[in-house]
Amino acid sequence: MTASEYLYVNLQQQAPIPLAAEFTCSKNELIVLVGPSGSGKTTLLRSIAGLHHVKEAIVKIDNETWCDHSTNCNLPTQQRRTGFVFQHYALFPHFTVAENVGIAMQDKNKASISHEVSRILSLVNLEGFEQRYPAQLSGGQQQRVALARALARNPKLLLLDEPFSAVDLVTRRKLRRELVKIRQQLDIPIIFVTHDLDEAYMLADRLFIIHEGQLLQSGQADEVISRPVNAKVARLIDQNNIFSAKVKTHNMDKGLTLLHWKETELECALDERFIPGETVDWLVPSEGVILHRVDRPSRGERENPVEGIIDECISLGENTQIIIRLSGLAGKISFAVPTHVARRNNLTEEKAIRVSLLANAIHLMKAIDSK
Amino acid sequence: MDWQTLILSLKLAVLTMLVLLPIGIIISRVLAYQNFSGRNLLLILIVLPLVLPPTVLGFYLLHAFSEQAWLGQWYHELTGHRLIFTFDGLLFASILFNLPFAVIPMHRAFAGISPDIREAAWCCGLNGLRTFWRIELPLAWPGIAAALILVFAHTLGEFGVVLMIGGNIPGETRTAAIAIYDYLQVLNDTAAGKLSALLLLLAFTSIVLINFLNRRMGGNGYHDSL
Repeated sequence: MTASEYLYVNLQQQAPIPLAAEFTCSKNELIVLVGPSGSGKTTLLRSIAGLHHVKEAIVKIDNETWCDHSTNCNLPTQQRRTGFVFQHYALFPHFTVAENVGIAMQDKNKASISHEVSRILSLVNLEGFEQRYPAQLSGGQQQRVALARALARNPKLLLLDEPFSAVDLVTRRKLRRELVKIRQQLDIPIIFVTHDLDEAYMLADRLFIIHEGQLLQSGQADEVISRPVNAKVARLIDQNNIFSAKVKTHNMDKGLTLLHWKETELECALDERFIPGETVDWLVPSEGVILHRVDRPSRGERENPVEGIIDECISLGENTQIIIRLSGLAGKISFAVPTHVARRNNLTEEKAIRVSLLANAIHLMKAIDSK
Repeated sequence: MDWQTLILSLKLAVLTMLVLLPIGIIISRVLAYQNFSGRNLLLILIVLPLVLPPTVLGFYLLHAFSEQAWLGQWYHELTGHRLIFTFDGLLFASILFNLPFAVIPMHRAFAGISPDIREAAWCCGLNGLRTFWRIELPLAWPGIAAALILVFAHTLGEFGVVLMIGGNIPGETRTAAIAIYDYLQVLNDTAAGKLSALLLLLAFTSIVLINFLNRRMGGNGYHDSL
């Protein structure tokens, strides 16, 4: 097992909950699992911890085998040294904070338990709360106790199941920052489940996109978000401007691939993975759509210009979200402009506007049947 | 005051409670945490004495406890005692007709513990027994205590089954409820009144205690956070 394979997970089953995920993880890596509700993120986490039985499962960590269906090995949860933070914390309500953390250290003597509890509570900024009960703590403090308890057993792996979903936005931001700090002091892999893309982007060393129990794509967060492998992943990461087109030709000199989209020809960055004549899906992120300003035309307007009628124009504070119906093309494109730009250009619903789709922002993907 | 019948009633109630404590916990935990075929049938059988007329239950028990039936025969061979018209038979019957009063509140208490809490205990390294002892039992305790009080109060007041299985043998099967009926038959209102008042007081105290425990289960803060 190499350093990058400190943890190896392979989970395969069809029913009752479909799972198809195989990955390795290095010792200090933080993997974020992203997917919609019911996509199997929590089941995957629970399977690693031994809380959910998977028919074909292999989990190996640090030269220990926690389960391997081929050898009928399946350690119970108690023997898998995992720290698990549950979505709603699952603190023991009849125990104080110190007891909640200390109960995970049953193999130690009383004096060292007390010392360790103090050390871990100071790590999560909870000094002075030892004698409080969970019901006397705020959501953020309860979350810290849950994290402290998960770390108390000196785990080989930390599993966090949407740990920040039950707290308010301000606390959530604070807890994220704290987690980033705490992980610098840990020498174990962390698997973090969320459906919040911003959270995923901020925390992930590697991002995994999961849907219907299937690991669809993994990679660096910015890579996955900017270059999804297919339209399904693109939709899961909240990309809206997804269309189908045919590859027309590659222009090596200009470093461009030309697409035939409806009646329009589009230029995009050269992508030789696809051959001329092949049908592809393509997307342009919101930031790749540039509004043509009536008062100040620019050279960039020659780049993939398209016309449309404003369908929706919703001000969201600093930015205004605009959706346009494309003229002559069945489809809609959404993008955001600063609200002051929307006001200056007098953008209102049913107004005709022109936008450019930046060639370098257009990303081509292998076409899939399910749209 | 007829202390003999009262002591007999209390002895029967306490022994029923003590026997049903482990039995109730085992059955209610199985019902709360295991999914198996026949689970609903088991639940129906446990709840049955609650809706069955006591005389019907008494009739079947009378037959089952007779020395011609395997249960009565087996018990006689094992202990040399009969089950009909004896305190042992009364205790057996009491355990059976009190089963729903023990299991229903205990089941509610165990089922009320969030699965996450038990799983969190396993993730902390606690085995099944320690999870039960350190986590489940303290959290379910108000429900268990309420069940025991209910069993105690119900045993003190049971009349029909007791009369059919135990008859009315002083010092052996003559409980307070039977004695009250007897006193009324011989127009001894004073003795019936004293025993009735005492049973009323015990029943009232039981309800107050159950109410207190139910409130503890539902609103003492720690169950709120489950």
